[in-house]
Amino acid sequence: MKPKNRRGSSNAQAGSAVETSERRKFEIVAREDFSDVTYLLEIHHPLMARAAKPGQFVIVMSHEHGERIPLTIADFDRVKGTITLVIQAVGKTTREMQQSCQVGAALYGLVGPMGVPSHIGGARKVACVGGGLGVAPTFPLARAFKENGAYVIGIVGFRTKDLVFWEDKFRACCDEFIICTNDGSAGIKGLITDGIELAIEKHPDIGELVAIGPPIMMKACAEATRPHKIKTVVSVNPIMVDGTGMCGGCRVKVGGQVKFACVDGPDFDGHQVDFDDLMSRLRRFSQAERAATERWSESCRMKYPIGPGSPGLPSPDQADEALALPDPFEEAKGG
Amino acid sequence: MAKKKTIRTIPQKRAPMRQQDAHRRAKNFEEVNCGYGLEDALHEAERCLDCPDAACIEGCPVGIDIPGFIMKIGAKDFRGAYDLITQTNLLPAICGRVCPQESQCEGVCPVGETLEPVAIGRLERWVGDLAIAEGWSNIPYIEPNGFKVGIVGSGPAGMACAADMAKAGCDVTVYEAFHQAGGVLRYGIPDFRLPNEVIDAEVDNLRKLGIKFECNTLVGRLFTIEQMIDEMDYDAVFIGTGAGYPQLMGIPGDSLNGVLSANELLTRCNLMRAREFPNYDTPVPIGRRVAVIGSGNTAMDALRVCLRLGAEKVHCIYRRTQAESPARAEELHHAEEEGIEFHWLTSPVEILDDGKGKVRAMRCIRMELGEPDASGRRRPVPVAGSEFEFETDMVVFAIGTNANPIIGQTSKLNLDKRGYIEADASLATSMAGVFAGGDIVTGAATVIEAMGAGRKAARSMKAYLGIRDADAAGLTERQGSSGKLFGIDLNERNFARVRVA
Repeated sequence: MKPKNRRGSSNAQAGSAVETSERRKFEIVAREDFSDVTYLLEIHHPLMARAAKPGQFVIVMSHEHGERIPLTIADFDRVKGTITLVIQAVGKTTREMQQSCQVGAALYGLVGPMGVPSHIGGARKVACVGGGLGVAPTFPLARAFKENGAYVIGIVGFRTKDLVFWEDKFRACCDEFIICTNDGSAGIKGLITDGIELAIEKHPDIGELVAIGPPIMMKACAEATRPHKIKTVVSVNPIMVDGTGMCGGCRVKVGGQVKFACVDGPDFDGHQVDFDDLMSRLRRFSQAERAATERWSESCRMKYPIGPGSPGLPSPDQADEALALPDPFEEAKGG
Repeated sequence: MAKKKTIRTIPQKRAPMRQQDAHRRAKNFEEVNCGYGLEDALHEAERCLDCPDAACIEGCPVGIDIPGFIMKIGAKDFRGAYDLITQTNLLPAICGRVCPQESQCEGVCPVGETLEPVAIGRLERWVGDLAIAEGWSNIPYIEPNGFKVGIVGSGPAGMACAADMAKAGCDVTVYEAFHQAGGVLRYGIPDFRLPNEVIDAEVDNLRKLGIKFECNTLVGRLFTIEQMIDEMDYDAVFIGTGAGYPQLMGIPGDSLNGVLSANELLTRCNLMRAREFPNYDTPVPIGRRVAVIGSGNTAMDALRVCLRLGAEKVHCIYRRTQAESPARAEELHHAEEEGIEFHWLTSPVEILDDGKGKVRAMRCIRMELGEPDASGRRRPVPVAGSEFEFETDMVVFAIGTNANPIIGQTSKLNLDKRGYIEADASLATSMAGVFAGGDIVTGAATVIEAMGAGRKAARSMKAYLGIRDADAAGLTERQGSSGKLFGIDLNERNFARVRVA
């Protein structure tokens, strides 16, 4: 069928309307809520499911006026033709998506898989460390290492028991599995680095450690392994626009050199990454982000404020306006 | 027929371009140049001498029949003028706006030797705009030839190549990583120079040729060039991914918050429409005192965007002088009119922290011009002991770009030392059936040069596929090359391979 042709009329909407006629549909086929802030989306995209490899990410645009946010691929199913994203509702976009992204709805934009896939090296014994939302993208890594014949030690950290997810999936592909919670409500009580210490004590021959999570946690992981000289790979999560190496917004300092996380990473040597620089750069838009979230929280009891072309929303009273703005580091990649 | 025009008989003065007032326009994103009216166009068309050896055609990277279309305007056959332009250039409304005509067609116009040259670009734009307003489009009769052609990147090179291949009868799909087609025209060039509606209209014209645009598709990562040829049944592929990887200066402090590339600023503002934040979700915090480093066309765009976003003062910092500035004269002039302050012979050496990870100021050094360098321009040399502090809270780097690395990372194509794709004179790459052109081969250049490369690649692609190429015949005559045998152009190899549709 020939696409409908419309001449550009008065503004940008006209252009995007034309775009829609040939647009791929990125349909949400399944959703699971892990907690009142963490949710999982399974999106139909057979081509991407086939291409995705552990460590890669996508850029999502939830609606026409939305921003492009990078999210790490948490899983992919080549048979079903889906990719899985685990998202934490921390900012305006992710909270809005928590409402709008129901089964049957579609994302406006989804592009990827982006970034250089994680190198699944020949290490015999590997520790896969995930903190908070970073637990999700750690899973395909652990599975890949396992399939590669490594002895896999899974170490995950959450704030509390209620936030724990995917324990079963990890147990299925890890030879050993350690959960740490800050309050001790599940697994061992303590920080994720306590879990790492424990693992290193028991297995001094760990060949590689992969850590994904908030920058402060990855920094701590890198410091924990540095004295033991264990190769440590971290997956950084800076702010991005295009994800194709074009804007340079995601630049990070690695070993004194400037790298673009989107095309040179997102995996880098944890002992070389300048985490303080990364954390500082993540605060770039904190003011604008806070303003947007506040504005959105106020308006979301009204009819959907953004305008035409937006996906349908569930009833507005589901909006949870009482959330305090959490750590901005948890925004961006991984949700 | 009217009597022969001479330099004495034509109107001596160019029809002026109506412009938005500098003070008013510095606050809005509406177009600066309002375009010609009918009277202006007829006046300007009168000024063309219709030279027999038309230097302007040679000066045009795509070889538009310039005197031809201007004569048609003069004869009030506007549709005819449009038809003539679109034989070689499907995007007149875009090229008429963004081409550096002063160094191309208008630069070689003989009228320009004594008077101001004929305003070819403005006339082209007028025809293009008229076509959009009237809803004209030229859809030739296309007989499908069964070949499938994939185009990577929907910027000017990709669009030009796609148009030619579609007209030749190929089934053409254009892949774009962003969510909207247009490439640099969309994310890079601001609305006040090239309104989005113009891009929409021109992209629509391509759709009418049967070209499919697939946005949200990152070729290289979603599927590779090799997969396109081996698994997805593409008979030929054109790569026009551009040179989008921004350069930074590598000076202390360039990762501070408030330091960004012109690409990031422009993408946020143009494509993501951050200027309408919070109605659009993408933010672009703007400084009070902005410093843009560099003085090319991208720098001019960045400067003027910052002004429109509400910066109090916008400064251009350039290490050479105005004479060496690579920006178009018109853009420089517009920027000056709008109140941009230029600091020639100045270069930053360090960006200073306010203690909270944000920009407080820059340390700059004065330069002086020394011996000419490889580019023929005089090399700037720092003046010892001339360092000074320059107060600023936002620094934008517009000092050039490098090759986009994604295709190189994900395919076995040969690259040159700097990471650009290696292509021969016909723009064929090291992989059979894969062609490349535009910035990803040559490094950053202009829109029309990229379009010229796209068309050149299309010619090579047709030769490779064995499609008879009506365009090539005319072209070889002009280039004075080998010529024809039995009416078949020698450039058309493999013509026996044409498949029955």
